[in-house]
Amino acid sequence: MNESTPSRRVALFVTCLVDLMRPRIGFAAIRALEAAGCEVIVPEGQTCCGQPALNSGDRDHAAALARRTIEALEGYDHIVIPSGSCAGTIRCHYPEILADDAHWLPRAQAVAERTWEIMAFLDEVCGWRPEAARCEGHATYHDSCSGLRELGVKAQPRRLLKAVEGLTLTPLAGEETCCGFGGTFCVKYPAISNAIVAEKAAAIEATGAGLLLAGDLGCLMNMAGKLHRDGSKVRAFHAIELIAGMGDGPAIGEDA
Amino acid sequence: MTGFKTRADAALADPVLKLAVERTAGTAEAKRALAVEAFPDFERARDRAAAIKDHVITHLGHYLERFEANAIAAGAQVHWARTADEACRIVIGICKAAGARTVARSKSMLGEEIGLPHALAEAGIGRIETDLAEHIIQLADERPSHIIWPAMHKTREQVSALFRAKHRAPHEEESIAAMAESARRELRSRMLGADVGISGANFLIADTGAVCTVTNEGNAELSLVPPRVHVVTAGIEKIVPSMGHAIPLLRLLARSATGAALTQYTTFYTGPKRPGDRDGPEEMHIVLVDNGRTAMREEGLAEMLRCIRCGACMNHCVVFRQIGGHAYGGTYPGPMGAVLTPALDGLERSRDLPHACTLNGKCQEVCPVRIPLPTLLRGWRERSWREGLEPVSARWGVGLWASIARRPRLYRVVAALAAGSLRLLGNRGWIARLPLGGGWTRHRDMPRPEGRTFMAQYRKEKRR
Repeated sequence: MNESTPSRRVALFVTCLVDLMRPRIGFAAIRALEAAGCEVIVPEGQTCCGQPALNSGDRDHAAALARRTIEALEGYDHIVIPSGSCAGTIRCHYPEILADDAHWLPRAQAVAERTWEIMAFLDEVCGWRPEAARCEGHATYHDSCSGLRELGVKAQPRRLLKAVEGLTLTPLAGEETCCGFGGTFCVKYPAISNAIVAEKAAAIEATGAGLLLAGDLGCLMNMAGKLHRDGSKVRAFHAIELIAGMGDGPAIGEDA
Repeated sequence: MTGFKTRADAALADPVLKLAVERTAGTAEAKRALAVEAFPDFERARDRAAAIKDHVITHLGHYLERFEANAIAAGAQVHWARTADEACRIVIGICKAAGARTVARSKSMLGEEIGLPHALAEAGIGRIETDLAEHIIQLADERPSHIIWPAMHKTREQVSALFRAKHRAPHEEESIAAMAESARRELRSRMLGADVGISGANFLIADTGAVCTVTNEGNAELSLVPPRVHVVTAGIEKIVPSMGHAIPLLRLLARSATGAALTQYTTFYTGPKRPGDRDGPEEMHIVLVDNGRTAMREEGLAEMLRCIRCGACMNHCVVFRQIGGHAYGGTYPGPMGAVLTPALDGLERSRDLPHACTLNGKCQEVCPVRIPLPTLLRGWRERSWREGLEPVSARWGVGLWASIARRPRLYRVVAALAAGSLRLLGNRGWIARLPLGGGWTRHRDMPRPEGRTFMAQYRKEKRR
């Protein structure tokens, strides 16, 4: 990057799930964004985007959390998120939730326009490719639904992963089929969710890949949890971990 | 009636159901994909189809009045029904006036919606279902499980056994062709002897007063032309301004449903037999049914009235593919059913349906008229929440969590505590049993949190 180019000021929204379950993904995000020439800030006021309230039908709490999150994320060039579903909530649903609020709607729109799923951001906005990332392995990739259908995240992660040295990618049969996570769906309708993820796990096994990659921790926990319960040896990572050169660390469910 | 979860559990435990659903929906999915690929500019065709439907839904009264005038001019009689009961009463009245002992029915989901088979039975009128799948359903005394393939839940092996048990001269050779022949032998003579033919409508053409039906078996034609009276029951949203508007919708309908370019039979019925016609019914009655549609338009569900009943949403739905159609409990299953059933049967009775969805968006992606099904399902969830129909545990859970998430400092403390205590439950990276989280751990393991939260680690690192 040319030194005279002003660097992008990027707010990282870590997501509640990454914060709680797998901070490595947050650190991988920072590493990749900095390698792409961004100045990364982690705004203090962030918690959860409110998606569980939104999808439960609790619009008041969803709106309250949207306002709180907008306040925390305003004033940056971009907001980058290592999750398609949280990025989709902010980009597609915040303006809907606050549509009747003359004060908050413009603020929601301003934040929504600047919000990106991390791999789409690195690829489309930064035009960046990992240079020093290495990971010897055979992987397959699952397209998480919100990123795919709300944000058009499809080719970007594959382009980035292609630049990871040593990694081969085998297409997953039904890669665009939902894994059955669905946020609270998986605990409200556990039997249906299980039937769906069992098919997904079988498709993953059938690729012969040793690594499962995706861009959303919720889906990854669902698929990895099913694979582990079934005694599979497949190891699961958020794709950004490999892209940031952190594919040598513990997989989901492995102790450091 | 049992609840949704009980029905879903029973469906999940039935491997034959799974096989039956997978055979048909899997084939439909693959064929639709090929048809869409071969279609020049499918996305623009969807835009146009949605625009046509939106236009008529906005100007419904105008086009219905034009349709009525033109249908009457063509010699048909037009009836208006506000409710399902009213529609059934009108149809029964027409049948009785015609002195009908038996009616031949061509498959119609609207007929199912208004409970017409039941109403005919109560009135003592014999009913011959002429669609092959509806014939199977009638023999088995069941309800349709799919809007295109009512007998989707049955395997061909089950159908073969059913025919052997119920047909007068069942097939000898074990083949699909022989089974179809058996059904033909059973149905043909009885069809031709029916007093009244009853059908639905895929489209109502406003500027000609014509009614369009599509079938693959020709059963509509054979059951509607020979009887003395033809009765059509149609939802008011089936209207299109002209033939020129029906064609683009027809092009999408068959492709979205089965992947075929067109159905085997696409027929336009314009009035009864005219002087000089060689055949046709002497009377044609068209019953235009509202049954909640006007209310849907006013209550934020106008986009649902675009639906042309192709079934693509359910064929591509991960939930439908696991549980089939009966588990939904309404006339219409799958994503479109989860939107329609609360409107038709009441939200209180169908509260589960809008929730039993992962909101993955696939249904919207394949819908030929771009119905934003996930948004409409979310709308039902919001209404359910507002009306206090959600369980207390969910209300408390979301409320408590939201009040913590609104306070970042408190949230950090709670997240740190949660990460720490969840870690204690784990064994070598994984948690096999989670208190209060049985929904998750009954079927899968939960990865143990890494340790300290991201925020805690990040702060510490920054201070260094």
